[in-house]
Amino acid sequence: MKKVAAFGRFWWNFVVGDDWRAAAGVALGIGITAAIAAADVAAWWFLPLAVAVVLWLSLRREARASR
Amino acid sequence: MTAGFLFASAFLACAVEMVEALTIVLASGITRGWRSSLTGLGAATVALAAIVGALGPALTLIPISALRLLVGALLLAFGLQWLRKAILRASGYKALHDEDAIFAREIAEAKTAAHEERAGLDWYGFTLSFKGVLLEGLEVAFIVITFGSSGKNVGLAAAAAGAALVLVATVGVLVRAPLARVPENTMKFAVGVMLTTFGIFWATEGAGGSWPGNDAALPVVLAFVVALSFAAVALLRRRRVALVAA
Repeated sequence: MKKVAAFGRFWWNFVVGDDWRAAAGVALGIGITAAIAAADVAAWWFLPLAVAVVLWLSLRREARASR
Repeated sequence: MTAGFLFASAFLACAVEMVEALTIVLASGITRGWRSSLTGLGAATVALAAIVGALGPALTLIPISALRLLVGALLLAFGLQWLRKAILRASGYKALHDEDAIFAREIAEAKTAAHEERAGLDWYGFTLSFKGVLLEGLEVAFIVITFGSSGKNVGLAAAAAGAALVLVATVGVLVRAPLARVPENTMKFAVGVMLTTFGIFWATEGAGGSWPGNDAALPVVLAFVVALSFAAVALLRRRRVALVAA
């Protein structure tokens, strides 16, 4: 059981890293991009914007935590 | 243009991880013996080749739009992790990656570890080297596979990784010391920028969006991510200076 947990933890750290909210933000951003594209509206602009917001929020959290 | 970005990204990512793996292999070799360390290095290389060999062809079976969505999401997840750390280092919120300090720590730990012989090898030296190379190499293996399959050029991505491997291994053999002079933090910044750029580009295409000008949009996305990163560094530095002054 411990090995399964360690295996799961390894993959979580590998893909998600130490800020799960950033990974969740990326997933949400891709989902909204898909929804915009499905509505036949230009969707290319959304993900860069979402990444900028997600990155800044993540950096701000880390900067506040390291004070 | 895309091929150039692809080669540069795979080369830089591989070189950075190889520099870190080299530090661990050197620490293991110097303290625990070269036989165990190099056997660990060889075993990890075989394991990585098996992972690439198994996953590479499997990914080519996935339809390109689904593949780009998956790869884009993964690259964005990786890219933002690299970029976040690089920006925090550049703005002074996180200590710079220092290969000399890591080397000294690994040496100290390896010297105090108990000697246990298995299959004629010093087990600590073998596992230290094996784990170091496997873990550092796994991310590179993913980058090579995902870049190669999404960019429909696995050969070019593999060639970039191979070129980085030859370069770092050659310099490592000649110097026989951690490559502390390599501008590792700058290289990590560049890799973070490139992974994030490709992640945004492919995830958007995979989600059904299309870029104005198709591939010609890639340098524009790159410029956007670079500008975003420098702006974040500048803002965080200003906050830090204001905090110190307060």
